[in-house]
Amino acid sequence: MQSIWSVPRVSWRGINVWKRNLEVFCKTWKVNFFPPFIEALLYLFAFGLGLGTYVGAIEGVPYVSYIAPAILAITAMNSAFFECTYGSYVRMYYQKSFDAIIATPLSIEDVIAGELLWGATRSVISVTIMLPVLAVFGVISMPSSLLAIPLAFLAGLTFAGIAMCFTAITPSIDTLNYPAFLFITPMMLFSGTFFPLSILPEILQYIALAVFPLTHTVALMRMATLPFTDALLPLHIVWILVATIIFCVISINLMRRRLIV
Amino acid sequence: MPGIIEADDLTKTYNNLEAVSHIRFSVRKGEIFGFLGPNGAGKTTTMRMIECVSPRTSGTLSVFGMDPENNPAEIKLRIGVVPQESNLDPDFTCAGNLLTYARYFDIPPKKAEKQVKDLLDFVSLTEKRDVAIDKLSGGMKRRLILARALINNPDLLILDEPTIGLDPQARHLIWERLRLLQTEGHTIVLTTHYLDEAARLCDRIVIMDNGRILVEGKPADLIRDHVGSEIVETDNSPEVISCITDMGLPHEIAGDQVLVETGASRELAKTLLDRCRTGRVIARPATLEDVFLKLTGRNLRE
Repeated sequence: MQSIWSVPRVSWRGINVWKRNLEVFCKTWKVNFFPPFIEALLYLFAFGLGLGTYVGAIEGVPYVSYIAPAILAITAMNSAFFECTYGSYVRMYYQKSFDAIIATPLSIEDVIAGELLWGATRSVISVTIMLPVLAVFGVISMPSSLLAIPLAFLAGLTFAGIAMCFTAITPSIDTLNYPAFLFITPMMLFSGTFFPLSILPEILQYIALAVFPLTHTVALMRMATLPFTDALLPLHIVWILVATIIFCVISINLMRRRLIV
Repeated sequence: MPGIIEADDLTKTYNNLEAVSHIRFSVRKGEIFGFLGPNGAGKTTTMRMIECVSPRTSGTLSVFGMDPENNPAEIKLRIGVVPQESNLDPDFTCAGNLLTYARYFDIPPKKAEKQVKDLLDFVSLTEKRDVAIDKLSGGMKRRLILARALINNPDLLILDEPTIGLDPQARHLIWERLRLLQTEGHTIVLTTHYLDEAARLCDRIVIMDNGRILVEGKPADLIRDHVGSEIVETDNSPEVISCITDMGLPHEIAGDQVLVETGASRELAKTLLDRCRTGRVIARPATLEDVFLKLTGRNLRE
C-alpha cells in the first residue's frame, strides 16, 4: 500500500476533469453567477451600513474597508471547500463519475488533481465576481486589489486540498457537516476576519496563526486591498504554499486509498 | 501467437479473502469470451484487473502484451468498458456524455462530433441526442453506455453484465450489435448470469466459482462433455426415484424435479412414462444452464 506521503503520479490528462466541471458550471452560469454577487452586497450593507456605523474604524481603517478583504478570503474559502466536499462527494458517490472516468486513460490521481484545480477555479470565479462590486463601493483599492485573483487561486487550492481530505475519509455525505461547522465556521469568525487577532487571548492568536489557513489568507488579502505590506508577508505566503502542497498530496493519496481496491 | 489478454496464476485478495484465486486464461484476438459464474465468483474483480482499475495481488496479467501495473493509460486507450452499474453523467445529455468521454481519450472535437453521430445511430439513439440522461429508459441507458464504450474504437471491449435488467427486445438488439462488432474485428470479453446469452454469443467461456475457474471451452463442447446432449425432467416423488434407481440411471434431484442426463431423451421419456408411471415428463436438449448448475451447485449465493 502506498503511503499518504508518496508523490502522486499526476498527468496533464487531469485537465479534462477540470474542463468537464467548467462545462457543467457554464451551462448553469446564471444560477452560479449571482450568489457571490448578492453575497458581496449583503455583507457590504450589513457591515458597512449596520455594524460599521458603530465600530467606525479599526487600526485607522474604516470598518467596511477592514472587512472587505475578509469577505474575499471567506468567499475563496467557501467556494473551494464546498465544491470539493459536497460537490466532489456527489460526483464520486452518487453519480459514479470518477468510476466512469478512470475507465478511460485518466488515473484516479488525474481525476482528483482535476477536481482540486476546479475547486481553486471556483474560488477565482467567485472572487472575480465580487471584486467589481467592492470596487464600485470604494472599499478596496485598485489596481492592487487585482492581486486578490491569484491569491484566491492559491488559497482556493489550499481549501480544496483540505476539503478533499475530508471527502476521502467521510463515511457519508451527512458527516461532511462536521468539518463544515467545526472547522469552517470557527475559522470564519476567528481568523482576523471581522476583528483583529490582537484582541484575542494570546494563546488563541497562536492557534489561529498555526492552524487556520484563513488567517493567512485574510492577512494577504488585506495587504492587497488596502494596500500595505509588513514583515509577516513572507510567513503568510510560505505557510499557504506549504499547506497547499501537503494537503493536495495527502488528499490524492487518501482518495486513491478509498477508491482503488 | 499470444492472446490479447494473458493471465497466469492471477490472484486478487481483499481483506485476506481471495476474490480471484490463481486463475489462468487467454483471450484470443477477435473472439467473444465469456466469464460465467454465480454472484461473488470473482468475475467483476477479474474484469476490473483487466481494465487497469484494480491492482492484482499476485500472478501475471498482460493486456495487448503490456502490464496493467506499468502501462495503464496505454492499455486503457485501447479498451472500451461497459460497467455493471450505469455511471452515465447526469449533468450532460446523451451526446454530451459521449463528447465528454471522447475528450478523456484525446479525440479531437471534430472527429468526436462525427463519432458521436455514428455511434448514436449504431445504438439507435439518434433521436435522443439532446435528451437528459434521467429521461432515458433502462434499455436506452444500456445502449448509450455501449456507445460510450465504443467512442475510442477499442480493440478490446469489456462488458460486465451487458443485458442485465433489459427486456427481450433490448437484449436482442445488444446481442446483434455485439456480433456486428465482432465481425468488424473487435475482441469482446463479457460476464453474464444469463446462460442463454453466453451460449448464443460466446466463442469460448469459462465458468468461475469461489474465485476459481472450473472449466473452460466452447459452450457446445462443455454441454456435451459435462451433461450429455439431452435431459429428461420428471416429478420428484419416492416412487419415481426408486423406479429410476432400479433402472440404474444416474440422476440429479433439483427441488421438486428429477433430472436424468441421456443421449436419447424421447425414448427415455417414454420408458419413464410406461414403467414409472410419472405424471409429467419433459424431454429437452441439454443447455449451458445444466452445466452451470451441475458445476456450481444449486445453493443460493449472496
